[in-house]
Amino acid sequence: MSNNWEMVIGLEVHAQLKTTSKLFSSSPNLFGSEPNENVNFIDSGMPGMLPVLNWACIEKAIKTGFALNFTINKHSVFERKNYFYPDLPQGYQISQFEFPILSEGYLDIDQPDGSTKKIRIERAHLEQDAGKSIHDIDPKFSFIDLNRVGTPLLEIVSYPDLSSAEDVVNYMSSLRQTLMYIDVCDGNMQEGSLRADVNLSVRKPGGELGTRCEIKNLNSFKFISQAIEFEFQRQIEVLEAGESVEQNTMLFDTNTGETRPMRSKEFSHDYRYFPDPDLLPVNLTDEQINQIKPSMEELPHDKMNRYINEYKIDKDISKVIIAEKENTVLFEQMINESDVTPKNIASCLVGDIFAFIKEKNIEVLSLLEFTKDITDLLKLISEDVISNKAGKEILPQVLEGKGKPNELVKKMGLEQVSDSSELEKIIKEALVGEEENIAKFQGGSDRVLGYFVGKCLKSTKGKGNPKLINKILLEKLKK
Amino acid sequence: MLKRQPISSLVDSLKEKKISVQELFDQFHEVAKENKNNSYNLVLDPEYQKSNIKASQERYSAGTNLPLDGIPLGIKDLFCTKGITTTASSKILSNFIPQYESFVTQQLLNDGAIFIGKNNCDEFAMGSSNETSHFGPVVNPWQNKNSPSEKLVPGGSSGGSAAAVAEGSCVASMGTDTGGSIRQPASLCGLVGLKPTFGSCSRWGIVAFASSLDQAGPITNCVEDAAYILNSISKHDFNDSTSSNYQRDDYIKDIDKKLDHKIKIGIPSDYLKNVTPEITAQIENTKKLLAGHDIEFIDVAFETTDYALSTYYIIAPAEASSNLARYDGIRYGVREGGSNLDDIYLNSRTSGFGDEVTRRILIGTYVLSAGYYDAYYRQAQKVRRLIKDDFQRIFQEVDFILTPTTPNEAFKIGEKLDPIAMYMNDVFTVPTSLAGLPGISLPSGLSSNGLPLGVQIIGNYFEEKKLLQLSNLIEKELSFNE
Repeated sequence: MSNNWEMVIGLEVHAQLKTTSKLFSSSPNLFGSEPNENVNFIDSGMPGMLPVLNWACIEKAIKTGFALNFTINKHSVFERKNYFYPDLPQGYQISQFEFPILSEGYLDIDQPDGSTKKIRIERAHLEQDAGKSIHDIDPKFSFIDLNRVGTPLLEIVSYPDLSSAEDVVNYMSSLRQTLMYIDVCDGNMQEGSLRADVNLSVRKPGGELGTRCEIKNLNSFKFISQAIEFEFQRQIEVLEAGESVEQNTMLFDTNTGETRPMRSKEFSHDYRYFPDPDLLPVNLTDEQINQIKPSMEELPHDKMNRYINEYKIDKDISKVIIAEKENTVLFEQMINESDVTPKNIASCLVGDIFAFIKEKNIEVLSLLEFTKDITDLLKLISEDVISNKAGKEILPQVLEGKGKPNELVKKMGLEQVSDSSELEKIIKEALVGEEENIAKFQGGSDRVLGYFVGKCLKSTKGKGNPKLINKILLEKLKK
Repeated sequence: MLKRQPISSLVDSLKEKKISVQELFDQFHEVAKENKNNSYNLVLDPEYQKSNIKASQERYSAGTNLPLDGIPLGIKDLFCTKGITTTASSKILSNFIPQYESFVTQQLLNDGAIFIGKNNCDEFAMGSSNETSHFGPVVNPWQNKNSPSEKLVPGGSSGGSAAAVAEGSCVASMGTDTGGSIRQPASLCGLVGLKPTFGSCSRWGIVAFASSLDQAGPITNCVEDAAYILNSISKHDFNDSTSSNYQRDDYIKDIDKKLDHKIKIGIPSDYLKNVTPEITAQIENTKKLLAGHDIEFIDVAFETTDYALSTYYIIAPAEASSNLARYDGIRYGVREGGSNLDDIYLNSRTSGFGDEVTRRILIGTYVLSAGYYDAYYRQAQKVRRLIKDDFQRIFQEVDFILTPTTPNEAFKIGEKLDPIAMYMNDVFTVPTSLAGLPGISLPSGLSSNGLPLGVQIIGNYFEEKKLLQLSNLIEKELSFNE
């Protein structure tokens, strides 16, 4: 039945800014501390306390502005959004409303057919996060953790340009990737550093926009997809039953995979926004905006193009590397430290190194201290000191920090035999009693050559340089 | 008698060992502890101040005394004082002990001042008679000579501060002024009250009423004392984003200096439209006093005066409704029980706030509500801009503006029951506040009932130095202190 309907989706993404301190106070902006550990007098809403803008947040917003093609507004205003809740100590959230810092940006997302789709972004504004209310510790009491109070958020509001769960996931992951690349957000969705509110409505293709529902606070790609699919079907069922969709705020139940209404908009708050008289408007000069530009990190798309054009790496492999910023950090450090070709490094990275990381379940950046060892190992292979096979055996030892590659080669006895007189002796022995096969070769059967190479390698316990063995064998056999 | 002596001569006496810091403190403390006018919510125990008094005395002995060393001051109970109960005269904060010291009071402490106690005020500084305090009204030490048994208001909201200085329980007191809360009580108690330019003194640590208007300032016996205190408290504070970083003057230096050029003082005719002859006479008297100086008086006319009070009573309650949202009974202050969260909020705030505060929260909530915002709040902000522009237009013609401080003398406690009649008391002080300009109230004479009346002088932004020089001149001519 969904064939007759299409979904129209807009996304509000809350990205927690990666800063040392909070948006308006000097408390540490940290996840995972003891409850109420990162709370000062400002955060706890003590009488007479005043907010002071953390300029680092403005800089992060400007960087986002450049990265997502926004108009960076020279004049923006912090306003108070008034509502009562125990995890909101001031009784208002400081946010931007009428005059956001960023307007009218866009992000291109990849489509399955290889084309790109432009997703327009209406605005992005800075605001404070609230604290956390915990209701499930005690049957009678609720607990309040104010650590998150005042944490800086950038709320990025897209136009309703998304038309499928895949679109949303693509947009969200591309956004996440970009924000991580420019060091604006750590992208950790599990910790809530990036979360999305989904605004979804359905309509007949080309028809008028339907009434939308907002699904709040989704913090994984899986939940986003599930919530969208469920809500899409729910709205269709309502409409096909001849009823109309009620504008609602929905909660997604991660246990059942269903959405259910949180509160009806008619009961929703009147937030009584007004400019915060404790803060001055943010007025930026061209100079202040432009001086952020040189410190901009390379964006994922630019990086990929550079890998392809400058390093001559395949598009598919480049894509795998740039998927996470930390991969590129590891990769580029290896390139900078050695003269091994980027291509060799790249194939080792996406192959054996990624397999090792996955197997051991370790952080990519934990390998940064071994990059020199890795490239030294790759060099030993390319210089024929060891075989590819031996390299694969040594790599895990290197990644576990068990020694330098050349020491490991010796210790594990994997040094390639490239001494031609020694190899000649071995080959001579290998050819004894093989008159029949020699004749076959000379009669034109190439396959016999492989047999002889294998026999020689076996007698060197795999350490013989296969290229050299090949060469000497050919000489001997052709005689 | 040490009372009414200026800070400078008290410091001299202390330096010359004519009196000890302890003796000075005791003289004022003795009056304060009686609290007969209810001007204190809390009088600090002499034991509590023992070490401060000792340290101050040691500095005098060592000749390293600070500018306000040993000077006993009252502090409006709106300033957060570390370890000392700070209530804003509200039930909801009646048990609140801050763990921090406000920027302004910290400057006074840094300069050696010794606090006598926390002065009563209107609840959250909302009032013009000090009758809205949870701890009861303050009584004006002045009496109507024709009806001496009547208890009069000291004005408000810094009514406790004014009464304390007038009764001689402190040398000076720190007040705050949002729409006239320093100038009006100073006028009604025959004292000097200075509201500095918005941005002169940090608001950090002052219980907020209306953030875009609140400003700290002193209530003193004389102009020179106001200059001493302003020297201490007017500093840039990084923690208040609206604190100005302009270069402050030394307000004491040259305060006696003769005017070195002709000055022009504007007298706004529209301020004198509906006042009694007694009030008009204050302006005439002041003009006469200055007749011998090179001063020209010019009639000026504002275009916006009639709109100032309505504008103020939209903007101030709007900000207050949001500023007071934090008093919810959850983290500190008084909490009333309830079966659910909404009940706890409702019960705590209903019980914790008095009528005037509740009224202003309701007004403020209303004017910010969807559908009303444009008609009220946004419109009021536009008018506020016009008021500022109006002042700047007048300041192109004149150096200062002279007005009455209040439309009337001190009235009886309980006399003004209608809130609008009460709000009218601030009609002359509110425009200055909306414009963010500095204003000072000076005693100008006595009414036929023998009660003090005052005039207000308004200067341009950050011209406190010149304002204090002119005020000092008027004070000398009036010799009201004698």
